[in-house]
Amino acid sequence: MKKKNGKWIFLIVVSIIYLATYFIFNDKFGLITNMFLDLVIKIIPIFIVVFLLMVLINYFIDNKTIKKTMADKSSKKLWLISIVSGIISMGPIYIWYPIMKELLDKGLKYRYIAVFLYNRGIKLQLLPMLILYFGIKYSITLMIVMAIYSIPQAIIVEKLSTKYKKN
Amino acid sequence: MDKKKLNQSIKKSFKGLINIIPIFIAILLLVSIITVLIPKSFYQEMFSGNIYSDSIIGSLMGSLLLGNPLTSYVLGDTFLQNNVSIIAVTSFIVSWTTVGIIQVPAESLLLGKSFAIYRNIIAFIFAIIVAFTTNLILYLF
Repeated sequence: MKKKNGKWIFLIVVSIIYLATYFIFNDKFGLITNMFLDLVIKIIPIFIVVFLLMVLINYFIDNKTIKKTMADKSSKKLWLISIVSGIISMGPIYIWYPIMKELLDKGLKYRYIAVFLYNRGIKLQLLPMLILYFGIKYSITLMIVMAIYSIPQAIIVEKLSTKYKKN
Repeated sequence: MDKKKLNQSIKKSFKGLINIIPIFIAILLLVSIITVLIPKSFYQEMFSGNIYSDSIIGSLMGSLLLGNPLTSYVLGDTFLQNNVSIIAVTSFIVSWTTVGIIQVPAESLLLGKSFAIYRNIIAFIFAIIVAFTTNLILYLF
């Protein structure tokens, strides 16, 4: 119940802030609205891709499949899948939350969600731009370092998250 | 292909997406408000010249901001031209895509409060570690 209300409370609070900008920053209100509409238009195609991915996940992956893969504690395959899918995924981070929730509900461990979300920071599609601004040596080094560090990062996140839950 | 299973999958996915629409609207509104109201020059004035404190400031700024990562490259390049250290710029562009303080409420609602809080704190710290490691490697090789 609390979770169901949470999203509406969040939306109401942000909507109040948005309406307040009309009175406090009247000259910027139009810019904020335009930017919001622009973001909505940009996000629609990604939303469709996310929906299709969710359908595929729901169709092909069930709790048993996840549990079976999870049985292998040192599942290198899952680490690799999480890292690669994080790197190749597109769009803002929050668009991936529903898919992650779906997988979490099916039994996927927090560490794989954390590693996926961290590797979203590696933007392959923007690599040419990163190289343009910072050079090839820097860009490649940064991407490799990020991918390597994503693993200890995910393990720490899982340990802390589960410890916090237990307390 | 199992038609019944496919229909169930479509229904479940549709329901799942409809449920998170209020969160998406709230996030997009918040991103628009912050991006428009805070001028870019504000961020540049934040750096002090000390690589250690600047890396923390860089990571903090990247954590607070949202938007296309390309914007972080452009801003990062501007910072570099204004003598901000590459370590601070690196922590800034890494945290831009890996940390999202503004999205924590949405992440908490969908993935759990403890996960969302710890993930963002650890990603914040790792943005600084990644920045130092990357630049150490570049310095050594």
